[in-house]
Amino acid sequence: MDYQVNNNGYYGKFGGAFVPEMLYPNVKHLEANYLKIMQSASFKNEFTELLKHYVGRPSPLYFSNRLSERYQLNVYLKREDLNHTGSHKINNTIGQILMARHLGKKRIIAETGAGQHGVATATVCAREGLECIVFMGATDVARQQPNVEKMEMLGATVIPVQSGNKTLKDATNEAIRDWINHPDETHYIIGSVVGPHPYPDMVARFQSVISAEMKTQLREQTGSPLPDTIIACVGGGSNAAGAFYHYLNEPKVRLIAVEADGKGLETGQTAATIAAGSVGIIHGSMTLLMQTNDGQIIEPYSLSAGLDYPGIGPLHAHLYDAKRVEFLRATDNEALEAAFELTRFEGIIPALESAHALAALKKGTFKPNETVVINLSGRGDKDMEAYRNFMKSQKDKNLLLHKPISNPNAEVYTRGFSFPNNSQPLDLSPMGGLFVP
Amino acid sequence: MNRINELFQSKNKNILSVYFTAGYPEAETTVEIIKELEANGADMIEIGIPFSDPLADGPVIQQSSQQALAQGMSLKKLLSELTSIRQNVKIPLLLMGYFNVILHFGVENFCKALEKIGIDGVIIPDLPLEVYENSYAKLFQKHGIIPVFLITPGTDETRIRKTETLSKGFIYMVSSASTTGTKSGFDHSSIDYFKRIAGMSLKVPVLTGFGISNKSTFEQASQYSSGAIVGSAFIKALDKPGSLSERIQGFMRQLRN
Ligand SMILES: Cc1ncc(COP(=O)(O)O)c(C=O)c1O
Repeated sequence: MDYQVNNNGYYGKFGGAFVPEMLYPNVKHLEANYLKIMQSASFKNEFTELLKHYVGRPSPLYFSNRLSERYQLNVYLKREDLNHTGSHKINNTIGQILMARHLGKKRIIAETGAGQHGVATATVCAREGLECIVFMGATDVARQQPNVEKMEMLGATVIPVQSGNKTLKDATNEAIRDWINHPDETHYIIGSVVGPHPYPDMVARFQSVISAEMKTQLREQTGSPLPDTIIACVGGGSNAAGAFYHYLNEPKVRLIAVEADGKGLETGQTAATIAAGSVGIIHGSMTLLMQTNDGQIIEPYSLSAGLDYPGIGPLHAHLYDAKRVEFLRATDNEALEAAFELTRFEGIIPALESAHALAALKKGTFKPNETVVINLSGRGDKDMEAYRNFMKSQKDKNLLLHKPISNPNAEVYTRGFSFPNNSQPLDLSPMGGLFVP
Repeated sequence: MNRINELFQSKNKNILSVYFTAGYPEAETTVEIIKELEANGADMIEIGIPFSDPLADGPVIQQSSQQALAQGMSLKKLLSELTSIRQNVKIPLLLMGYFNVILHFGVENFCKALEKIGIDGVIIPDLPLEVYENSYAKLFQKHGIIPVFLITPGTDETRIRKTETLSKGFIYMVSSASTTGTKSGFDHSSIDYFKRIAGMSLKVPVLTGFGISNKSTFEQASQYSSGAIVGSAFIKALDKPGSLSERIQGFMRQLRN
């Protein structure tokens, strides 16, 4: 089975470049050149060097003792949260800023939801000395303020977008409109595997470093490059595309994508595109998206700004259609619980987006002791407000609400992680106390 | 013969085509606006199908689309309002909208409905030439619907020739690299581009759109092409005080006299 984009820019039935004529020359120029540029020795060398010395790659593959024990699995975390700027987004922006330089573009625009892609774009623009304009929905500007401040410190202009629901979809619309108005000098750094061809393929290739490293690291740590299962969260789908990329043609490896289910599918307050969507065109791509009977795009809902998108990359629509990837959903609350579980078990505060992938541990069914890699796409600094609110709302309850599947030690853990105003003593360290050599 | 072709046969200068968003400014004003435009000398009308995410449009059309949708406009409702439009209106009518809405309605159903009503053409800015040619050209031809394609200052000569071949009515010449209603008037590079296109002696007539807001820009555009398309400026005029008929009359008068 071939999961690569074909010569016309399609993955099966999905993809293409449904752009107004005003954008045709830019998109065509990119399409005609991106592979040639990416495959040139000078590009490859510089990309690899920057990933190593600037981003800090390879990102660790970390065996999580505590989650493994709790779920009776071998759980590995691919630590994209440790990258410079705190998420996988920088893999793509490093690639695209080099692409912009090769294309001779002097002005960079980007859209952002959580602000992670905006920060990653502002970062590479600062390094390259290029003008940077980031479109961000006004709602997201308010809920991701620390990232707005970072972008501004990095020298980017953040434009709050007032149209629509004022989130990621609207920010993307506005970025595309800006590109229409400034086609000659501008390169649009899209933040996920979405948009017109060749963006989905280009972004997936830049992110594929995640699974390339996973293969080597798993071989070193387990003796085999192949895990049983890989889990990633999906907004547009770039971290999932990167984590799955080199395993797509390994049918023994199960691939699980987790969508944000907001308040739950039945409430309509969801961002689970595969579950709630149908075929259509969004941001220049034929894919699955959430829409009304009249073909109007529905505003999605997720507490997580990075997953609050009504579409999904065409590659993922195809992988779903071809039954290569299984799709699960996790609600806001399930993700919040999973975030606290990781934090209290491993001392790692994940991004709320990544917490959706973690939630699959309790939602999926696994064989005992199978090897599961979870792509930890980012860190949670930007989500402290959501986490603080959750802690407040859970004041009198145990923060680890869900029961593990089959862990005989469950009681111990539950007690160990109860909240301070509970009668039980608090023990938050992974080994039950300070480790003194 | 299709009304679009009839129009261009009878007239090749100063053609005025007016765009407005269906369901705007009020839920039920669409048919009235069409009739008023015809009565006040419009040669052709482009009826916008509102879309939640109009990528090629500036703030004015975005806002009118959002309001129209909030007031309950939909493709289905629009088609039902237009059912008997041909009892009164004789000038060519086109629908303009983004492809997702049409795709969701069903492209064949859409063509059939348009043929039945007597809509002459469509403008779908995000339906690329190639996709039209490979997947939909036969269907549109079968139902006698004329597709209108855009060219811009960035469209190269080969692609303009291809557009010429696929165009059966007219070519929509976008005056500058911009979204709708963003720029007003033309700079030197726009004028050079108009001259370049005029110099190509295309086999299909050309109308100029984007940036036309008043008599002088209309006349300037008409100098290099068969006429012009007015959109955002007309929608703004619909917001002015007075009865709908007065507003439309006033707008058309300042444009033409
Ligand atoms: C940490 C993190 N993970 C995941 C995502 C979702 O994007 P994608 O599905 O493209 O990986 C985002 C987007 O902002 C993010 O910041």
